[in-house]
Parts: sequence; structure tokens; C-alpha cells
Amino acid sequence: MSLELNIGLTRPAGPEGGPGFDLQVELTLPARGITTIFGPSGCGKTTLLRCVAGLEPNARGRIALAGRTWQDGGEFLPAHRRRVGYVFQDGALFAHLDVKGNLAYGLKRRSGHGPGLEEISGLLGLDMLLDRRVEALSGGERQRVAVGRALLAGPVLLLLDEPLASLDRAGRRSIYPYFERIAAETGTPMLHVTHSLDEAARLADHLVLMEGGRITGSGSLADMLTRHAPGHEAGGVVFARVAEIDQSDHLARLEFDGGQLLVPDPGLGIGARTRVRIHARDVSLALEPASGSSILNILPARVLDLAADSPARILVRLMVGETVLVAAVTQRSAHVLGLRPGLDLFAQIKSVALL
Amino acid sequence: MFHPDDLTALGLTLKLAAVSTAVLLVLGTPVAWWLARTRRAVRPIVDALVSLPLVLPPTVLGFYLLLLLGPGGPLGKLMTAAGGRPLAFTFTGLVIGSVIYSLPFVVQPIRDAFAGIGPRPFEAAATLGASPRDRFFSVALPLARRGFLTAATLGFAHTLGEFGVVLMIGGNIPGRTQVLSIAIYDHVEALDYARAHLLAGTLLVLSFGLLLMVHLVSRRFPGAKP
Repeated sequence: MSLELNIGLTRPAGPEGGPGFDLQVELTLPARGITTIFGPSGCGKTTLLRCVAGLEPNARGRIALAGRTWQDGGEFLPAHRRRVGYVFQDGALFAHLDVKGNLAYGLKRRSGHGPGLEEISGLLGLDMLLDRRVEALSGGERQRVAVGRALLAGPVLLLLDEPLASLDRAGRRSIYPYFERIAAETGTPMLHVTHSLDEAARLADHLVLMEGGRITGSGSLADMLTRHAPGHEAGGVVFARVAEIDQSDHLARLEFDGGQLLVPDPGLGIGARTRVRIHARDVSLALEPASGSSILNILPARVLDLAADSPARILVRLMVGETVLVAAVTQRSAHVLGLRPGLDLFAQIKSVALL
Repeated sequence: MFHPDDLTALGLTLKLAAVSTAVLLVLGTPVAWWLARTRRAVRPIVDALVSLPLVLPPTVLGFYLLLLLGPGGPLGKLMTAAGGRPLAFTFTGLVIGSVIYSLPFVVQPIRDAFAGIGPRPFEAAATLGASPRDRFFSVALPLARRGFLTAATLGFAHTLGEFGVVLMIGGNIPGRTQVLSIAIYDHVEALDYARAHLLAGTLLVLSFGLLLMVHLVSRRFPGAKP
């Protein structure tokens, strides 16, 4: 099961002053879980998504999902026959229908079996909204309805175009678990576009980096984030579960396969799954566990490999359990500590970013 | 209060306006859809043709229609050859004239309503499995309903006040082609100001009421603006 893309789309500089644009993408992606395309604004990631959906009739090349060809040379399967769900940045709900009408729109046009309206409504927490008019919805509610509408059409692939861009941090955090539930409960593969690395780190299984209409990298999330790449700071992602909340110190204890982390209470319930990003610059290394330190999180680790980042700086990839973290150290420190692959030491984590 | 002949003229006028509006909505919608969506080079020409009745004196329009539909005109001859009668000086002829005369008042609001929807709802509908035809009926028509309301009202109200075209191709046959505006003209010519007042006042109140209704109703419609 994979999504094969080999797309070219060229737009000449428009007479209205729009800059020219050239998209050239050759890529094979896993058709399961969440694949995130990350890149700066204007890098062509939304256009790529529109090509996959069949909304760019001028795109050349080949698109195939799990062996079924959507586009190849002169062949072009129109959008309404591709069965992709597309969640637009602003939701693109139908203003002439209420929430229930919007949800039913996709359902009525579905061929084959799939989850029912009650099921999706429950999954996305829409039960209380069904009779509302779409203008009366908040940004987060609107996006959940848009996701539900897309899912009810029985998509073989769900495309998410910056679905959380219009939401604030709290709004985004409230939506993340829904995407994870969709992936787990419906098994619908998702192709997700964002310009926020935090969002990518929070949601992605597979990460694609994009810049200037070209793919600059593609691989598993951990692989991509732990290596230095232009446009983002190297770092590790920890997949954790909230194990305990210390009310007096306002700290939460997160458990993951490499141990535990104490972090400021994110306001999630016990048992909630979350992800934590740890920047390379926030990790220092010590051969002995430090005592008398203000650092709360010190984890035993083993050096995986070393890569020069700049003449003065080295990125050290560490295995902490099954999780890969990265530490940025100076060449001199690396020399003094005698860093080499396989060395056991301690990673001191100065701060973490809750996603 | 009304003279029986005036009532006949009023009835005929309302019937003409209703039939013309219905015909206009059926014919004007595809034209408006095409104008709102196409990028072809001929679009400005079609736009200009549709707008022509806005600026052309109705008598000019009526004159050409008379030549076309009259017994000596190409369509008139065709009708005669087919065993019918020429359409000039008939109710059907009036409808044809009104449809052309009120065309821009119907096509333009619908065209603008369609254009105001933007591409996004159609793209969303397509990804939800709606074919182009399905998208027209399930997205375009309901989202443009405010435009349709404006179009129907303007078409109706504009046809109510028609004078020049009717005079040219319909003549002034009571019960057949004599509409309100022409009856008013007759009364004024005959210095019967009382009957002219009554009819003119009726037309004024009717037109104002219609427009008021549109503004009140269209405020309550969500979605695309006219």
C-alpha cells in the first residue's frame, strides 16, 4: 500500500503580479497513518495536495494509490471520482446547510460501506452541534465538522490542508487527539500539510520536507527530525503517556520507552497520550549522573552516531530506550568526553516542548 | 373601483410579468452560469449583448422585434409557412419582447450570485463525490438563491412597467395585448386622469412592495451575497 506521486505543475508569472511557480515532485509515500508535508509558506505543499485530490487539472505526471492509477499522461480521474476527503484550511463548509446537512452531504454520495453519521459524530464530538448553523460554529468546531464530512464520504485517503492554521494553540491541542483516533479507528491514511514543525512533530508518522516546489527529504518522523536539515532545528520526539500529575508542583510525569520526563502540567488527563519535542540545543551530555543540579530530567542514553553540524558544533544522536534524541555539543566537548558510537552516558534535558 | 377594461389590463400585465419571469429564470440561469464560469474570449461579447436592453430605447428593441416577428419578417414568414400566425400583436409576441427587454435584470443578479460563491464550495463538493451536474443543483443553486430572488423580482417588476416594446410589437388590443402602462397612456391621452391615477398608483405601490419584500427577505438568507 503506497501513494506514488510523480507530478509537475508550472505556472507562469501571472499578469496580476503573482510570481511564477514550478512544482516538481517524485515521491512514494506509505498509504497508512499520518504523513505530514512540512515546508514554509509558498513552497507548493498545498498545490501538491490539490494535485493529489484532482483539483489541479493542469498538473502533469502520474498519481497512483495502492496500485490504482488516478492520473497518468492523458488519463485524469476527476476529483469527484477519486474518493479523497479534503479538509480545507477554512473548512469550506456549505453555508446553506446546517451541521447535519454538511455531514450528510458526503454520506449521501458515498458508494460502499463505512462509518455512519452517529459513529463519526461521536468520534469527533459533534453530537451537540448537529442542528447548528455553520456560521454559529467556532474555528475548532468548524474544522471538526469538515473532517467528519470528509470521513463520511468514505475516502480512501484523507487530505488535510493546514487544517489547524486558523486555530490558537489550545484549539489545535484539542483537535490533535481526534486525528489520532481517526488513524486508529478508521484506518484511513492521511496526507497532512503544515508550516508548523510542532504540528508536524505532534501528528506525523512519516515526514516529508519541502522547499521551493521540490522535496528535500522524506522519511520516518524520528529519522527526519533527528538529522540537521535546513529550515528546522534538529531534535528528538518522545511519544509519551501522562502517568501522574503532581498538583503541588504543577508538574506532570510522562512515561515513555526510555524512562520518564517531568514537565509542566499540560492540563491533559492521566493516561492521555502526547508527544514532546526536545531540541538538540536543550540536551547536554555527562559521563556521570549530575548531582546537585537544577536539571530535573536526566536520562541514561547510548550514543548512536555523531555528525558535524558546523565547524564548532557536533550533533550527537542518542538512543534512550527506543527513542532517538539529539544533543548539540561543541567539538571540544565531544573530544573531552571521548564521544563515540556505543558509549553509555547521561543526557541532561534542560527544557522540553510539549506539543 | 376599477373599470372592467382596466382590470383586464391589470390581469394581462400580471400574467405577462409572471410568464416572462418564469421563462427568464429558465433561460437566464444557464446563461448566467456560463457567464460566471467561462474564461473564453467571447464572454465580454455575450455580456454586452445581455446588457444591451439596459441602454437601448425600448422602441428600438420593439422595432427590430416587429421586423423579425411581423408578417413580413423571417420568423413571421416561418410561422405562416408552418401553418401558424405571425407572433406580432399576440400574447406570445409580448412574452418574447419582455423576455429580451428584461434579460439583463434577471441574468446579471444570478451571474453575480454564481460568481460570488467562489471556487471553494465546488471543490469541497467534488472531493465529497459530487459530479459537476450534482454540484450545480446541490451547491450552486442553493448558494445563489438570494440572486434568484433579486432576479425574479427585478424581472417581474421591470416587465410590469414595460411600454415601448409592447407598443411596437403588441399594439394596443384590449384583452389581448393592452397592458397597464399602455392603458395609462390611453387614459392620459383621453384626459381621464382619475383612471390614470388609479392605475399609476397601483403600479407604483405594487413595484415598491415587491422591492421592499426583496430587501427584507434577502437579509435573512445566509451565504452568497447578491
